[in-house]
Amino acid sequence: MTTASVTGADAKPAVSLRRRLKQAERARQLKALALVAPLLVFLLFTFAGPIAGMLWRAVDDREVRQVLPQTVAALAGWDGKDLPNEDAFAALASDILAARAAGTIAIAAKRLNYALNGFRTILTSTARNLKAVPERGAAKETLGKINAAWRERATWTTIKDAGGPLTGFYLLSALDLTRNVDGAIIAAPPDQAIYREVFTRTFVISLSVTVLCLMLGFPVAYLLATLPPARSNLLMIFVLLPFWTSLLVRTCAWIVLLQSKGVVNDSLQWLGIIDQPLRLIYNRFGVCVAMTHVLLPFMILPLYSSMKAISPAYMRAAASLGAPPVTAFLRIYLPQTLPGIGAGSLLVFILALGYYITPALVGGAADQMISYFIALYTTETANWGLASALGALLLLATLLLALVYGKLVQGQQVTGGIKN
Amino acid sequence: MEAGMVTPEPALVRFSGIQKTYDGEHLVVKNLDLDIRKGEFITLLGPSGSGKTTTLMMLAGFEVPTQGEIYLAGRPIKNMPPHKRDIGMVFQNYALFPHLTIAENIAFPLSVRNTSKADVQERVGSALRMIKMETLAHRRPGQLSGGQQQRVALARALVFNPQLVLMDEPLGALDKRLREQMQLEIKQLHETMGITVVYVTHDQSEALTMSDRIAVFNDGIVQQIDKPDALYEHPVNSFVAHFIGENNVLSGTVETVDKVYCRVALAGGGGTVTARAINVSGAGASTSLSVRPERIAIVPDGAASDGPNRLPAKVQNTIYLGDHALAVLDVAGNAEFMVKLPPGAHDSLSHGADVFVTFRPEDCLALDPV
Repeated sequence: MTTASVTGADAKPAVSLRRRLKQAERARQLKALALVAPLLVFLLFTFAGPIAGMLWRAVDDREVRQVLPQTVAALAGWDGKDLPNEDAFAALASDILAARAAGTIAIAAKRLNYALNGFRTILTSTARNLKAVPERGAAKETLGKINAAWRERATWTTIKDAGGPLTGFYLLSALDLTRNVDGAIIAAPPDQAIYREVFTRTFVISLSVTVLCLMLGFPVAYLLATLPPARSNLLMIFVLLPFWTSLLVRTCAWIVLLQSKGVVNDSLQWLGIIDQPLRLIYNRFGVCVAMTHVLLPFMILPLYSSMKAISPAYMRAAASLGAPPVTAFLRIYLPQTLPGIGAGSLLVFILALGYYITPALVGGAADQMISYFIALYTTETANWGLASALGALLLLATLLLALVYGKLVQGQQVTGGIKN
Repeated sequence: MEAGMVTPEPALVRFSGIQKTYDGEHLVVKNLDLDIRKGEFITLLGPSGSGKTTTLMMLAGFEVPTQGEIYLAGRPIKNMPPHKRDIGMVFQNYALFPHLTIAENIAFPLSVRNTSKADVQERVGSALRMIKMETLAHRRPGQLSGGQQQRVALARALVFNPQLVLMDEPLGALDKRLREQMQLEIKQLHETMGITVVYVTHDQSEALTMSDRIAVFNDGIVQQIDKPDALYEHPVNSFVAHFIGENNVLSGTVETVDKVYCRVALAGGGGTVTARAINVSGAGASTSLSVRPERIAIVPDGAASDGPNRLPAKVQNTIYLGDHALAVLDVAGNAEFMVKLPPGAHDSLSHGADVFVTFRPEDCLALDPV
């Protein structure tokens, strides 16, 4: 009987079985999709969308093209070796007159001024002094008379470069690079070359905070993982308490503690250890202290969970096999906490990379991190292209780190073989 | 029977007046005196909470005795840290280091002793050959089956030639068939290598299979230390009789006692039987009788039988178990009185039938009341 029914099932074509499986699975997949759909839509509009928009703005360059369309078109065929021909001058004159009428001169002037300091004046003075469309063949001379800058090649290459629709200008600027008159990529002039230093500073501060968090967090996590539950739960509350407090409140608390008339300086002076108040805040020290304090739970929690998974039997086994405590720790315990160290360090480092409020409040001018400049360009100078380029580079660095970490952890799992 | 047997050779391990309490109120181990001879396989057997694992942990150095002293090869070791004791240990869940390969796991005790590279390689190689796992040397523990992990743990505990090997319920996580196979392998290793093994288990059949001697623990006290057959045949009290092997219990009151035997009146007027007086205080004392299921015969109602122990019984149930059968009877108020029968013999017993059970006086032990 059993044999007969099996043969019967086999006799049916395999395709129908596969299709039936698919049909059965489809209902479940649809249900699963329906469950995550609200969040998916929410993330699409509030997270993925804005990020894509920001990345787009880093290469988007259509302002000059919109304001000076004829000029951009006329320069398209220009080889950039000499001054452009009369047609380009005529196109520019006509564009400027049209833009003056539309009141859009400032838009192009702002963008061109990023690339060539003083371009705003060139454009506005030209717009002011250009009375009418120059006669046929006289555009070059007319414009040259109004502003001598029109007789220079750099003025025209700047317009051509800004002609869009896509540009590498902002991304190059964010790396302290620019293009010279001939279009070659060169180092930006020293007064504009600040971002590499800011990126370096951001990474150095983040790295210092990560190392500090690891050094302070490791013993605490070990204690948490080894204490009996009743006491470790109490200790865990102390770890989490600052976690539940507002970032702003905690940062301000550090200002109260560390300022020159603050608790720490007053106590040290009262104890006679110092005569003059120490400078503990509005410098790198203050930034590192406050950021370490804020980020410590992000280190302790992954460390704790990785340590909690290490059976005490391993250390006992190591001891019974003849390993002194330090050897057992270094060769047996520490390697097993590596995934936790990696996760905690990456978490702290990535969070630290994007820090804005804490360095802004407790740091000096030389301690501002990349987020400060992103905020500055977004809110103060409205240079969204540069802000987006800086953001894109930060995002890229973070993604690369996450990728590297993912590889490391994957390797760990393949070879580490969590015990049954 | 707290004290170990006196032997001409000095003991390798001596527990002397050991007490252990965790909370300062209850003793987990109450006054333990135990000698372990060199080269023997001794099992600490008992139910959970009987103190056997605590005893093992004190020997390994992971617990400190509250009182008393432990000697290893004549040296007191109470305050010696575990890594200096030179004792190999196999843990319940193997405790193989998950981030090291099999070869690195086995090499670990050698490398912490600063053994030369060539020597390590040679000894790890021979250890791997011993457990027949040369081809798996570069796997991680997580990629091995339970039985393979068990073998690696064993090799790791033996590779540095410790003077003593401790095993803490090492086979608990394995299935029955593999467990029985590993029991024989461990026993064989013990015999070929001449190592001293202290083995902890709660599984009495495991203890009987492997041990030279068994120390039966209960309630923090060693109830009896003896060879497996002696424990089975001559238990000193009801606990041991009950813990080792199957056992039928009948309670009663001692009527008369002579040198070897006593006459016991069963509770509830179930009749009187003659039993070996093992652990009875005298006439009038209450006692528990212990009879093994395989030492009992069932005779049909009315059939004649010689011997003094012949009790009426009612068949409750019969159970077929392949190589043998069990009859469950109601005898003198004990409704779970088991009798072991050859297979097929249970067919003739109908439920509710009235029969008689007989057993020899020397197979019936009068012990302390339960």
